[in-house]
Amino acid sequence: MLKFSSNTFKHGVHPPEHKEDTNKLPVRQFPFPPLIVLPMQQHIGKPAQVIVREGQEVARGQMLAKADGYLSVPMHAPVSGIVRKIANVPVIGGQKASGIYLETFPFSGQEVVEGAPVPLSASPEAILQGIQDAGIVGLGGAAFPTHVKLKIPEGKFCEHLIINGIECEPYLTTDHRVMLEQADDIFTGIRYLLRVTDAKQVIIGIEANKKDAADHLADRIPDDLPVKVKVVPVKYPQGAEKMLITALLGKEVPSGGFPIDVHAVAVNVATTAEIGRLLPHGRGIQERVVTITGPGIKKKGNYLIPIGTPLRFVLEHVGAAENLSEVYMGGPMMGVSASDLDLSIVKGTSGIVVFGDENVKRSDKIYPCIKCGACVDACPISLNPSRLGILAKSEAYDTMAEEYHLMDCFECGSCSYVCPSNIPLVQYFRVAKGIVRKRKSAVAHV
Amino acid sequence: MFSKTLRISSSPHINKGVGVDVIMRNVVYALLPVAAFAVYAFGINALLVILTSLIACVLTEHLLNKFSNRPSTIADGSAVITGLLLGLTLPPIFPLWMTFIGGVLAIALGKFVFGGLGYNAFNPALVGRAILQAAFPVAITTWHPAFLADRFTRVSESVLTFPFAKPVVDGISGATPLSAFKFDQVTTESADLALGLVSGSIGETSSVLIALGGLYLIARKMMNWRIPVAILGSVYVLSGILYWINPEIYPSPEFMLFSGGLMLGAVFMATDMVGSPITSLGVVIYGIFIGLLVVVIRIWGGLPEGVMYAILLGNALSPHIDRLIRPRVYGT
Repeated sequence: MLKFSSNTFKHGVHPPEHKEDTNKLPVRQFPFPPLIVLPMQQHIGKPAQVIVREGQEVARGQMLAKADGYLSVPMHAPVSGIVRKIANVPVIGGQKASGIYLETFPFSGQEVVEGAPVPLSASPEAILQGIQDAGIVGLGGAAFPTHVKLKIPEGKFCEHLIINGIECEPYLTTDHRVMLEQADDIFTGIRYLLRVTDAKQVIIGIEANKKDAADHLADRIPDDLPVKVKVVPVKYPQGAEKMLITALLGKEVPSGGFPIDVHAVAVNVATTAEIGRLLPHGRGIQERVVTITGPGIKKKGNYLIPIGTPLRFVLEHVGAAENLSEVYMGGPMMGVSASDLDLSIVKGTSGIVVFGDENVKRSDKIYPCIKCGACVDACPISLNPSRLGILAKSEAYDTMAEEYHLMDCFECGSCSYVCPSNIPLVQYFRVAKGIVRKRKSAVAHV
Repeated sequence: MFSKTLRISSSPHINKGVGVDVIMRNVVYALLPVAAFAVYAFGINALLVILTSLIACVLTEHLLNKFSNRPSTIADGSAVITGLLLGLTLPPIFPLWMTFIGGVLAIALGKFVFGGLGYNAFNPALVGRAILQAAFPVAITTWHPAFLADRFTRVSESVLTFPFAKPVVDGISGATPLSAFKFDQVTTESADLALGLVSGSIGETSSVLIALGGLYLIARKMMNWRIPVAILGSVYVLSGILYWINPEIYPSPEFMLFSGGLMLGAVFMATDMVGSPITSLGVVIYGIFIGLLVVVIRIWGGLPEGVMYAILLGNALSPHIDRLIRPRVYGT
C-alpha cells in the first residue's frame, strides 16, 4: 500500500538536493584496490579484535577480527589476499588506530566464503546474534551496531517497525538505488526484523523526491507482510530517527529517550537490505554502496566498493578534479571532512562528496550574531541556537545543558546552514557537549 | 596525483549563502525608493540631509574601528542603513551640522559602546534621533511643506546654518498632519497620507513606497513580517475602537496608520533584527506592545508623534520577552 502524507516534523531546512547527478545511475561494482586498509573500529563501541596473523592468507568474507564484547562487531575480509601488516591505520580526525593492511591477490576469482546460514525460523536471539556476526551496523552513517539497536529492553514492546528510506542528505543517492535495485533483500530483511522486534506494522518512510522508489517497493510488498510505504514531503533532517518518527507516527520521542519509548524501532533501508542479503548465507559485510559525487568528480555514480578501499584509489578511479579542495565522507550536512586521501571507505561511508576550490562557497568571514532568528526557525527540535552560541562563547556550558537543552542537539547542522553570520554553531555545540559529558562522568567517578 | 593539502572544515559544509552583508544590502535597496521619493518631494534640502547623515554614520563607524584597532566593519552595510534611516526621520530643512552630530552619536552611542553590530540594545538610528530631539526640540519640529516649486534650486538657510548657531527659520513652514490634528484638530485625507503628498519627516511621508520596500524584504525572507503586521494591526484595532467610541475626538484608524513615522518605524526600524525578539510569538508580543504605545503616546501623550519612543521601549523589552517566551523543546 502506498500512502502520501503531508505530515512532517517542525522547522527544518531545504538545502539544494543535487541528487539528479547520480539517482538514475545503477549501482556498479568497483574494482578491487591492490591494498585494503581496514580500521578495526568502524562502528560505535569497542574496536574489533584481530584474529589473523601477519603473512596469513585469507579468503574474501573470512572473519579477520571478532567482536570485543556486546557493543562491538566483527570485521570480515573485503578481498581474498594476504595480511601484510597488523598495525595502526589512518582514521578520520587525523589520528591512527588499530587496523589491518590486506594485500589483494591480483588474479583471484574473489569468491566469497560463506558461514552458517541464519534461517528466518531461527529464534530472535539467534537472529540478533547472526546480525552481530555479520558485522552489521547502521549504514546510514551512524554506524551503531544494529543488533544492539534491535534489542527490545525488558518491559518495553515494539509496535511500529520503521524502515528509513528518507536519505535527506543532499547529493547522496545510495538508499535510493538500494530501494530500486534490492527490493527482495529489503523485504527479506524486514522479515528478519519482524522476527526480532515482534512489531505489528511496518512503515517504509520515503521522501517525495524518490517517488519511483516508493512505487517500486509498494508494488512488491509480499501479501503476508503488514507493510505500508509512506511518502512524506522533502525536508532536511527528516532522515534523523526522531524526526522521521514524528513525521510518520505524529509522536515525539521523549528527550533523552529512544524510539522504543514510543513503541517504535527505526532501521535504515540499506541496513535492512544488508540483513536480508547476508543472513540467509551466513555472510559478513565486505562491501557497501557508496555515492561518489560532487562538482569535483568526473565519473559520478553509485558504486559497490569493498570496505577498506583507500580514498586515493577511489578518486583516481572516478577521475577527481586535480584542484579538489574538500572531500566529505557522508553528505555535506553531517559528513566529516577527510584530512587526507589515505583514509579508507568504512561501513558508515554512505557517500564521498568532492568539492573543488570554486565550489566551497562558505565565506570565511564570521559576523556577530544579529539575532535574526533564522536558526530558531530552522532547528528541528526547537532549540535556540542563537542563545546557545552566545553562551558557548562565554563558556557557560552548564547553563547550555541545564537551561537550553544542549544535550538534545543531534548536530544536524540546520542552524549553521541558515546562519547569515556564518557562525560555526554546530562546532560550538559539539565541543560544548563533549565538555558537559566529561564533567558529568568526572562527577560520577568522584 | 592529488598532492594538494585538503581543506578541513566542520560540518555542515554548505551554507545557504545569504550573509549579513547580503541582508543589509537588500535593506538598502528597499530604502532607496523611499529616499528617492523624499528627494523628489522635498528637493535638494532633503538630499543634503540624507547625504550628511550617511557620511556621518559611515565615517564614525570607520574612525571608531580604526582608533580601537578593530577591522573595519563598513562593508557589512549596517552603518549605511543607520545613516539612511536617521536621515529619513529628520525634518527636510534640518540643519546639516545637527544632522552630522546625530549621525556620529547614532553610531557611537547607539552601537559602538554596546560592542558593535549584533550587540546594540536599541536601534542606532533611533538613538541618534532621540538625542537630537532632546538637544534640538525646536529644529526637529520645524516642518516644511512638500512639493514647493523651487525645491530643486533653493537650499534653505536653515539647512546651511553655521555649526552651533541657531537655525534661521525660513518664511515658510508647514505643519505635519499629526501636529495639525493634535494642536488644531484638523485631519488630512487618508489618500494624500498614503501617497505622501503631505509634510513630515523626510522619508516618512510615502506609506505606499515604504510598504513596497517592506514587501520586497518579506518576499526575500529578510524581514520578519510578523513585526509590521503586529504593530500596524494593533494600532488599527485600538484606534478603531476609540474612533468607534467617539469619532469627534479620536482620529480615524486610517489616519493613525498612514500619518507620521508609523509606517517607516513599523517596517524599517522595529524590524531591526538585533533589537527585536527571536521567536515568532516573541515578536508578535513585541509588535503589539509597540502598537499600543504608539496609540497611547499619540492620543494621550504630550507629543504629536510617539513611534520613536514606542520602538525604543520595545527594544528595551525584547531581551525580557526572549527570556520569558521559550518554545517547547522537542520531546520535553
